[in-house]
Amino acid sequence: ILTQTLTLVVHFCLVFQDSAGQFFSSGHTNNWAVLVCTSRFWFNYRHVANTLSVYRSVKRLGIPDSHIVLMLADDMACNHRNPKPATVFSHKNMELNVYGDDVEVDYRGYEVTVENFLRVLTGRLPPSTPRSKRLLSDDRSNILIYLTGHGGNGFLKFQDSEEISNVELADAFEQMWQKRRYNELLFIIDTCQGASMYERFYSPNLMALASSQVGEDSLSHQPDLAIGVHLMDRYTFYLLEFLEDIHPASKTNMNDLFKVCPKSQCVSTPGHRTDLFLRDPGSVLITDFFGSVRKIEITMETINLTDPIKQMEENSGNDVQTENNTYVDQLPVSEIIHQKPKQRDWHPPDGFILGLWTLILLVFFKTYGVKHLKHVF
Amino acid sequence: MAVTEVERRRGKLAALSIAAMVILVGVPLWWKTTQTYRAWLPVAQINELAKLQLQLSADVEVVFARGTATPEQQKKVPVTQTQDEDHAVDEDTTLRYRHETRYRTATVMEEDALKQPTAAEADLSLHRLSESPCGSLVIYVIPESSSLLPENVNVYIGQRRTALLRIGAQMKVGKTLKQLLAHLEPRVKQILQVMSFSHNDITAALSDRVRFSPDNKESIADSMRAFKSSPGYEITFSLLNPDPKSHRLHWDIEGAVQTYIQPLLTKLSPVANFSLDSQILYYAMLGVNPRYDSSRSAYILNADSLAHVINPVEARLGSNAASSNPVLNFLLYVPDAHHSPLYIHDHKKREVQTNAFHSPRWGGIMVYNVNGFYQTGTNFPVDVNINMAKVMGVFLAQLRLLLGVQSTAPPSSFQVAPCGSSGLADWELDRLMWSRSVENVATATTTITSLAQLLDQIGNIVINDNIAQQVSSAVTSLQLAVAELEVGNLGFALQYSKEAILASEKAFFDPSLLHLLYFPDDQKFAIYIPLFLPMCVPILLSLLKIVSEVRQRRREKQAKKD
Repeated sequence: ILTQTLTLVVHFCLVFQDSAGQFFSSGHTNNWAVLVCTSRFWFNYRHVANTLSVYRSVKRLGIPDSHIVLMLADDMACNHRNPKPATVFSHKNMELNVYGDDVEVDYRGYEVTVENFLRVLTGRLPPSTPRSKRLLSDDRSNILIYLTGHGGNGFLKFQDSEEISNVELADAFEQMWQKRRYNELLFIIDTCQGASMYERFYSPNLMALASSQVGEDSLSHQPDLAIGVHLMDRYTFYLLEFLEDIHPASKTNMNDLFKVCPKSQCVSTPGHRTDLFLRDPGSVLITDFFGSVRKIEITMETINLTDPIKQMEENSGNDVQTENNTYVDQLPVSEIIHQKPKQRDWHPPDGFILGLWTLILLVFFKTYGVKHLKHVF
Repeated sequence: MAVTEVERRRGKLAALSIAAMVILVGVPLWWKTTQTYRAWLPVAQINELAKLQLQLSADVEVVFARGTATPEQQKKVPVTQTQDEDHAVDEDTTLRYRHETRYRTATVMEEDALKQPTAAEADLSLHRLSESPCGSLVIYVIPESSSLLPENVNVYIGQRRTALLRIGAQMKVGKTLKQLLAHLEPRVKQILQVMSFSHNDITAALSDRVRFSPDNKESIADSMRAFKSSPGYEITFSLLNPDPKSHRLHWDIEGAVQTYIQPLLTKLSPVANFSLDSQILYYAMLGVNPRYDSSRSAYILNADSLAHVINPVEARLGSNAASSNPVLNFLLYVPDAHHSPLYIHDHKKREVQTNAFHSPRWGGIMVYNVNGFYQTGTNFPVDVNINMAKVMGVFLAQLRLLLGVQSTAPPSSFQVAPCGSSGLADWELDRLMWSRSVENVATATTTITSLAQLLDQIGNIVINDNIAQQVSSAVTSLQLAVAELEVGNLGFALQYSKEAILASEKAFFDPSLLHLLYFPDDQKFAIYIPLFLPMCVPILLSLLKIVSEVRQRRREKQAKKD
């Protein structure tokens, strides 16, 4: 291992790169990733495995947990039907456990909703949200967004009960652009008819990849007979194989990513969209989005400090300033104890009620005189 | 069964009254109850703000010391000149720089102060005489014969808001005041470029409004390095000790922070709030294997491998989870005994004197070698006291860079005084305040205008009263900030711009502004048809029947007439 790292270090030394040149190639200083799995239930095991595998690769290439927002709609590792509890496998014969013991899931279970997803993207979270659940990107952040689940023409299904449409997603990205919350954004979606989700984008600096075109289904890769479900989807499987060859210093660019999973392997036709992206995809490195390579500047100056260190006065006992710390009222106690029924807005009566009343009126007219009814009809 | 006229009439009235109820009462009721509540926003004023016309004013005083102006010239002084410089950045943003220059002669006390042996002492005694307000400058013109400045230096920029300018020997007796002023103007302008706001800085601060490609590479790097304006920052000092078995490190971080860092942060308090913490991490490795260089018998870290140092360490650093302010991390790494000493080399394979590097918008790392403090044979672990003055000197320099204090290098004939014990010269603070005010104003105007645009575009978002109030207060603060910038009150302008940006961010990021209300047309039909169709069909049919009956009767009447 030592010789391997030494040769790697020697390789670094041989690569000459001007520091100013390193700045202009991408224009970003930090990386974020938002990885979302939108489906629940045991038979959608592969979606969770997809997301966790991308999470693993992104972490391996350098993005820290504090810069990853991981949303998993269901807990497969501790599902009652999991024959190997506390594991999520992404390869048959249980070769690779992507769950491990340092997975940090930020939004789990029922917290993965369309509303929360849009709130994370646009930043409109309640003040009590902790830092790990926020996307604190700035105008120099490159963001990777990966969505997987069940989708259709123009929508993506969340939690089997709600959906997000491509118009809403495009509007959310536009709001992010207005507030300069990203420098460049890479959007990858692995669902059926995934290409429809990026059709409506209109903000600049967006690059999108999808696993299938409109009218095509994205297929799953391989079932595992011991676990009993399909472990991964084809597109993500080949995407991960591609990412295995990427290391933090590699120079592979986006054109290679577009070639991942051709029709012969994927059965569906992967698509991509680069017309909104300002740079040429051939000059965009994979590590610009999947990894987190920091820019470095050597510190040339130092300030000459000559004062000796002041001794701290001992005032710990006397005037301890007590600050009243307040935090946002999350669950005020009085409200829990004395809960009044919530005042709901008045709505016009439902169709069912209307129909019922019509029936009653009809019966009334029938019994008491058809002739009155004849004036109406 | 024959239907009598009365019953038919009653039927018609019933149908007509039901239709009237539905149209006059039902439809407005439905409209009112399905309307979203939208409080009033000052849209006209927001549209006005979309066209930003900023005027930055600075007061400059040019004081002539004895020997620089002839008596005839001195008679015409004091004189005030105003220079305006207009720039149109793009179609929505125009800038105007106004410098009001006041020329006068030096008072007796100032002459005495200028007689000090060195420029630094002269600066200090001049400062004791009078303190210039925020944003203004005083330039003292000294004769060529003066011994305050060394040979090749023409300008000395002090620690506060004064500069000393030496006139060349071209001044002969008999020149008019106008020629003197014309000779001074380019020199004064040069000084203003360094000490006061410059076009590059201001356009860099407007980057939120204007996405432009600057012509020189340095300013891209500058704009990417400094943190964006934020109401608060968190600074974390971490000591990384990978080898506690060999080194027992002691660092007086509290005292060091109090002595060296706190003065700077106190001086910067009008700009932002700072919160400090520190931690010690044990067994934290660098993640990159350094190369052993036998010629120097030391371990070397190359500039190219430095980029991979930060990521493994960052995962262990942790952060203050309470606020979403940007975090600046300063790491002090003491190499383990087997890899000591460890030096950093730059791209040209030269040793870096500070042994430190920094990453834009993240923080800095310094490598501190302790192998010089003990002999090889001593018993481990060894107690080591870290020299905090040296460490804080480097961290302070990095902090200045990351906060955006550093300006472009001054021209060669300039000598800049080293910043004082607070780590920041007054004129540097002024520059920072100018760019922060402009940045805040630019960001707040884009936020407010895009919010107004968004709310206009999406008719289904509810606008609560508190959002309308935040928007109004943001608009007022913005107008005040622009007015104060015009007059030249830098302190107030910065304060108003901070209020404006806080209010606008609060309004934009209010959690209630999420619209999940996109309904495609077919869904709207699918919802309303089962509700209203069963009710409307009998009404419509009865109305039609009434109309056809009326028409038939009219035809009969016509026929009867004929």
